[in-house]
Amino acid sequence: MKRKAAYICLLILCLFLSACLSTNQVNTNKEVSQNAYIENKGSDTLVNLALAWAEQYQKLHPEVQISVTGGGSGTGITALINGTITIANASRQIKPEEIESAEENGFEPIEFIVANDAIAVIVNPENPVDKLTLEQVSKIYKGEYTNWQDVGGEDRPIVKLSRETNSGTHVYFLETVIRLGSKEDKNIFSADTLLLPSSEGIISEVRDNPNAIGYDGLGYVSSDVKMVALAKEAGGDYILASAETVVSGDYPISRHLYMYTRGEPVGAERDYMDWILSSDAQGTITELGFVPYIKE
Amino acid sequence: MKKTEKWITNTIRIAGSSSIFFVMMIFIFLMREGIPALHDVSIGRLLSKRWYPIEDLYGILPLISGSLIVTITSMVIALPFGLGTAIYIGEIAPQGVKEILKPLVEVLAGIPSVVLGFIGILVLSPLMRTGLNLPTGLTALTGAILLALISIPTIVSIAEDALYAVPASYREAAYALGATQWQIIWQIVLPAARSGILNAVMLGVGRSLGETMAVMMVTGNAPTLFSGLEAFISPVRTMTATIASEMGEVASGSTHYRILFFIGIILFFFSLIINVASSSLSVRPKRGKDQVVS
Repeated sequence: MKRKAAYICLLILCLFLSACLSTNQVNTNKEVSQNAYIENKGSDTLVNLALAWAEQYQKLHPEVQISVTGGGSGTGITALINGTITIANASRQIKPEEIESAEENGFEPIEFIVANDAIAVIVNPENPVDKLTLEQVSKIYKGEYTNWQDVGGEDRPIVKLSRETNSGTHVYFLETVIRLGSKEDKNIFSADTLLLPSSEGIISEVRDNPNAIGYDGLGYVSSDVKMVALAKEAGGDYILASAETVVSGDYPISRHLYMYTRGEPVGAERDYMDWILSSDAQGTITELGFVPYIKE
Repeated sequence: MKKTEKWITNTIRIAGSSSIFFVMMIFIFLMREGIPALHDVSIGRLLSKRWYPIEDLYGILPLISGSLIVTITSMVIALPFGLGTAIYIGEIAPQGVKEILKPLVEVLAGIPSVVLGFIGILVLSPLMRTGLNLPTGLTALTGAILLALISIPTIVSIAEDALYAVPASYREAAYALGATQWQIIWQIVLPAARSGILNAVMLGVGRSLGETMAVMMVTGNAPTLFSGLEAFISPVRTMTATIASEMGEVASGSTHYRILFFIGIILFFFSLIINVASSSLSVRPKRGKDQVVS
């Protein structure tokens, strides 16, 4: 009986050891056949674009493996600082605190502007409102206007939708639209603003709900929601978001999209970043509804 | 032989006490990460009315009220259905029906909550908006209905076990005295299974308080404080959804990170209270001769 137990133990031990050995071997084989593995995470606004780039680049360079995940700009930058990824996507600029904690972890984040994006304010197609001033949008999100009648629409309650606070788009919208770019302004989203975990969540709620107003990157706006033309101030021209109006600077809420690396990129990462900034990759941007970044 | 036995007993003992060890470790970890939050943010600020962490507003009252609203509503919905199903399966249903119903309830338990959340967004939320004429369908009530669906299987299977544990001799005696089936259920079986049923209810509450994914998808996540009856049909933000959606972004060690752990401690205490309440209320069903008869 005892001997039997001992045999079984020995057998299990052997199996365990051989399993360990074989996985080791697999790992080393992998390292030889794959020269590079780039992990890319962050902004949900950028995720579709980053995926398209990764696919194209892997076709050109099969030896490079690129994985792309979303989660929000804050999530991506935190992961870069914690060292779990090599390139972070962000739809906002890195904050001074984040640079500090990156330096505490022994590297300096290097910034690349990879594309431009417009933030579109969207409503349900049934909603007759098709133009707003930035101030009106700000008052809606601050909770000062609660009925569509206040901005010339039907007698319906306004349901405000926003991305979660870890989204770069959320922070950008807060600073540029709600606070109208003023640094002293300490207004925030009214507490009854719905914070949805994804861009798709916002689009689907706006599509179904005639009371809703939302905002999202231009690349996400589908044809079953209606974009609202925006004017910088009352009496100004109302302008719809498009690649042309962003490039000309007429559309009031557009921003850069960024990628950050851990220190100056080297090797495969360097090549990848150079390729993204080349005209080859920048062509993909327009196809996906974003606006290429043009160096001044 | 004796040695082998000893070895087996010890292994089982270690396995058994490991859960105590894990709970202790989790508790210590939560405390270590969460208690410093009180150092960074005063109690007064924690008990303020606005949750907006990127501007350092850490009022957790709206989150606690959100969790309570959703949990209580879900229990109001789940209890009649859960207990009703348990009574039907345990006492009324003929054998054939019972054999179909029981596995079906278990299948309901097996549906991942994210799938229910998906159905909630696409089907339930538009229905709620048009049916109840609400500004939006992403409300506490929508979340509560999904949570009820999630906690009903727990309630049913535990309550049904409790009913099953009531000795058949009780029922036979009541029948012999001329009681109707309803009288037996209401006056004999339910009181006899009282503690087990309470246990089922408490576990259901725990299940629905801790659920995250479905709730995050359909409650709208707006951190509004309870302000009257309309809170039930307004968007709310629960503690679990807050932790889930914000944990990924925070730098470890920051104030926001500590506060999220602090919310975790609050959740831990809520479920501790529920568990203690349920175990102090319930007395284990006696196993005696009566059991053999049934």
